[in-house]
Amino acid sequence: MIAPSSRPPLSPAHLPGPLGRVSGARPAASPPTPFPPAVSQASLVRLHHRFQALDRNKKGYLSRMDLQQIGALAVNPLGDRIIESFFPNGSQRVDFPGFVRVLAHFRPVEDEDTDQDPKKPEPLNSRRNKLHYAFQLYDLDRDGKISRHEMLQVLRLMVGVQVTEEQLENIADRTVQEADEDGDGAVSFLEFTKSLEKMDVEQKMSIRILK
Amino acid sequence: MALQMFMTFGSWNCLLLLVALEYSKASSDVNESENSTAQHAPNAWFAASSSEPDERISVFELDYDYVQIPYEVTLWILLASLAKIGFHLYHRLPGLMPESCLLILVGALVGGIIFGTDHKSPPVMDSSIYFLYLLPPIVLEGGYFMPTRPFFENIGSILWWAVLGALINALGIGLSLYLICQVQAFGLGDVNLLQNLLFGSLISAVDPVAVLAVFEEARVNEQLYMMIFGEALLNDGITVVLYNMLIAFTKMHKFEDIEPVDILAGCARFIIVGVGGVMFGIVFGFISAFITRFTQNISAIEPLIVFMFSYLSYLAAETLYLSGILAITACAVTMKKYVEENVSQTSYTTIKYFMKMLSSVSETLIFIFMGVSTVGKNHEWNWAFICFTLAFCQIWRAISVFALFYVSNQFRTFPFSIKDQCIIFYSGVRGAGSFSLAFLLPLSLFPRKKMFVTATLVVIYFTVFIQGITIGPLVRYLDVKKTNKKESINEELHIRLMDHLKAGIEDVCGHWSHYQVRDKFKKFDHRYLRKILIRENLPKSSIVSLYKKLEMKQAIEMVETGILSSTAFSIPHQAQRIQGIKRLSPEDVESIRDILTCNMYQVRQRTLSYNKYNLKPQTSEKQAKEILIRRQNTLRESMRKGHSLPWGKPAGTKNIRYLSFPYGNPQSAGRDTRAAGISDDDGSNPGSPSITFSAHSRIRSLQKQQAPEIIPMKSLRRGGKTLSFGYQRSTSQEEHMGGSRRVALRPKPPFHAVDEEGESGGESEGEAFAVRSRWTTDREHGRDYHRSHSPLLQRK
Repeated sequence: MIAPSSRPPLSPAHLPGPLGRVSGARPAASPPTPFPPAVSQASLVRLHHRFQALDRNKKGYLSRMDLQQIGALAVNPLGDRIIESFFPNGSQRVDFPGFVRVLAHFRPVEDEDTDQDPKKPEPLNSRRNKLHYAFQLYDLDRDGKISRHEMLQVLRLMVGVQVTEEQLENIADRTVQEADEDGDGAVSFLEFTKSLEKMDVEQKMSIRILK
Repeated sequence: MALQMFMTFGSWNCLLLLVALEYSKASSDVNESENSTAQHAPNAWFAASSSEPDERISVFELDYDYVQIPYEVTLWILLASLAKIGFHLYHRLPGLMPESCLLILVGALVGGIIFGTDHKSPPVMDSSIYFLYLLPPIVLEGGYFMPTRPFFENIGSILWWAVLGALINALGIGLSLYLICQVQAFGLGDVNLLQNLLFGSLISAVDPVAVLAVFEEARVNEQLYMMIFGEALLNDGITVVLYNMLIAFTKMHKFEDIEPVDILAGCARFIIVGVGGVMFGIVFGFISAFITRFTQNISAIEPLIVFMFSYLSYLAAETLYLSGILAITACAVTMKKYVEENVSQTSYTTIKYFMKMLSSVSETLIFIFMGVSTVGKNHEWNWAFICFTLAFCQIWRAISVFALFYVSNQFRTFPFSIKDQCIIFYSGVRGAGSFSLAFLLPLSLFPRKKMFVTATLVVIYFTVFIQGITIGPLVRYLDVKKTNKKESINEELHIRLMDHLKAGIEDVCGHWSHYQVRDKFKKFDHRYLRKILIRENLPKSSIVSLYKKLEMKQAIEMVETGILSSTAFSIPHQAQRIQGIKRLSPEDVESIRDILTCNMYQVRQRTLSYNKYNLKPQTSEKQAKEILIRRQNTLRESMRKGHSLPWGKPAGTKNIRYLSFPYGNPQSAGRDTRAAGISDDDGSNPGSPSITFSAHSRIRSLQKQQAPEIIPMKSLRRGGKTLSFGYQRSTSQEEHMGGSRRVALRPKPPFHAVDEEGESGGESEGEAFAVRSRWTTDREHGRDYHRSHSPLLQRK
């Protein structure tokens, strides 16, 4: 079952049947079991409450609309992309396991993780996976590289309106140039990781309530 | 440069004051010598006419005594305001020291002047004036700007900490000082237990909010913030209750006659006073909320109602010897939610500003008075007492913090770390409250009052200056951010991206709170309270006109800042540019870095931001608006291109009227995009520059299928509390024609009010941005009709 301290990582073989198939039937207050957790039991319960609160029509899954109703995301420059990240592979709905899977990336890294059995797949909140999640925010077309164009798009999202298009292009150029090592004009995941090696990604991408 | 200006202002005013004082001295001398019969110096002119008929009618007279009190008070307030202006002009100063430092310095300056010119300062502060006029605004402001949601979520911890902390501190300090007084060597033998206890209670009145501004930039987490705020709020009330109780004890009995019965009665009284005050406050809050429901035609008196009722709650509670402070706090908290919805926009702003102003004036006066008393002859310096007071204040605060939090951490979901506790301990800065209480000690009961006053002053000066100035660096040190000075542009961008990402995910996760109680209260609130207390039909016209005005202004602004032209979010534009990679020189890099740092959007402040002395600046609101506008544009653009954002579905709420079409039908997605694609072509509604938020739709008749007509719920978040209200009246208009096939597809920009507690620099109600969107939907039956939905952008 779910032990609070151990987090066997999520792997496809363990996934329960998707909730979304059950139309209209609401599970009871307890979260669906069994569920190899990427977060602790207590957080799971809370996330389930949150999932139910967001799912206003009690459909059993969340659509983009539901996530768009979170007001705070509307004024977050990356709001759309964050919402998109919940819907991988073009699906239109996200069920509870999928919801948790995304949020599990933000679980704080604890020290006991360092001595992991190398054969087990990496936990979702490892540094690499966190970086991968962030990488995917840039890389919309999922080609494994951040092209200059994609960088420019992100920049546009994040910078105020006073900056001209030309300046933005310069910045995008420079950014790609700094990180690009093999000269292909785009930033691959490895290059991305390398450019951020000094940064404390584990702390930046951790939310303490997801412990 | 700014300091010079400040000094000039300061010296100007000093000059003015000096001149006035000299004249007053001169004139009072003249008056006394000429006319000894009249007490209050009448006008010299009258004196001349009555006793000296030969005197010429003088063309120019000076009568200072007539205006002395208001004149000096006004001068003091002005002086303090000028000092504040100077303080803020030098922009680094507010981060270094709390503003109370400044006020104390100004007070000391004024005191010095008054002392130097041997002028008798007007009796501004005595017991009744303080308790009746100076104290209520300060408390009201604290209660009004308190963020309600975090407060109620943490209410257990806050009550535990504030009440018990104050009690432990008061009793602990009192008892320890009593023990010190027993030591013969210090010459304090005549200070008995009661007096020590009283002193302990008044010295434990902390004012930690004053230091909040200092560590604003270090992101103090919300819980910690709330603890400090809550403590400040309740602490005043508790210490005053204790103070009054102990004074009553002192008056009633000789020290030896106090029996256990009295002590029990005292405890019971303590509880009754506290709880009773709160009850009074709540009742008055509801009454005033109810009255504001009817004031739509005379909105000019709305602020008056708010203030008068709060004040009335204070006075009514005081009449019955209940705690007026707690009453006024409870009144403000209760009233705020409903009043804010009922009153007009301008009244709302007026209330906020006026409240800040009143409390600022009160506090200024108290501090100035404190300064005046500092420089004077009525001090009694006793080394032992003072040093031990200082020591015990710190020791007992440390004990109470660590002990109480140790216990409450066992029950909390998110325990407070040691670092948090250190911050709480160190933020125990005393303020105007303790000084006032010390000053108002009745001399008859306290022969050694001067010593108490001196000790209080020393403690205040020490804590405000030393702790106030060093807490900033301490917090930053504890926060330990490893800042790599020269971050590459990559890193800067990615760091900011991650911050935004983290804030976004935190928003998705929402707040962990005790859903049960909160939900129950919300249901109760929704069903009963709101019906009674909230105004019903807000007139359409004002909304529509307000919207139009805003939209035009937005449009103008946007054109001027070039958003419209640069809505080249389109992809093909980029595809054409094939560029070689340019090598950029270091200066370019520097300039790029500057551009980035200045222009990147700030991460939305999730932590509360409360500044006691001014309301929050506008920058994050502008930023939020910008982001929202651009998102709207992007969404509309992508919709036009037929992207698969299933935008077309309005939100589901409890008011869903399920028509024959269940929500989750797979066909609807395709239908929506088709409809959405078509419906967006009219880009311009002649009536309104529809750049921002109008989403147009057409009623399409579709066979046998109707989308559920759903009125989106607007959730308005203010002061942290989510108010969700649906519009019943517009629902009623929405009748769905049974037979006809009409559907209003409303591609609506689904956004709700922003939940921000950013806030408030100005106020705790945190307000970066609150959007109230209204759906005015008009269904004309029987026609294909095109209706624009205009969510209203309203800044609150």
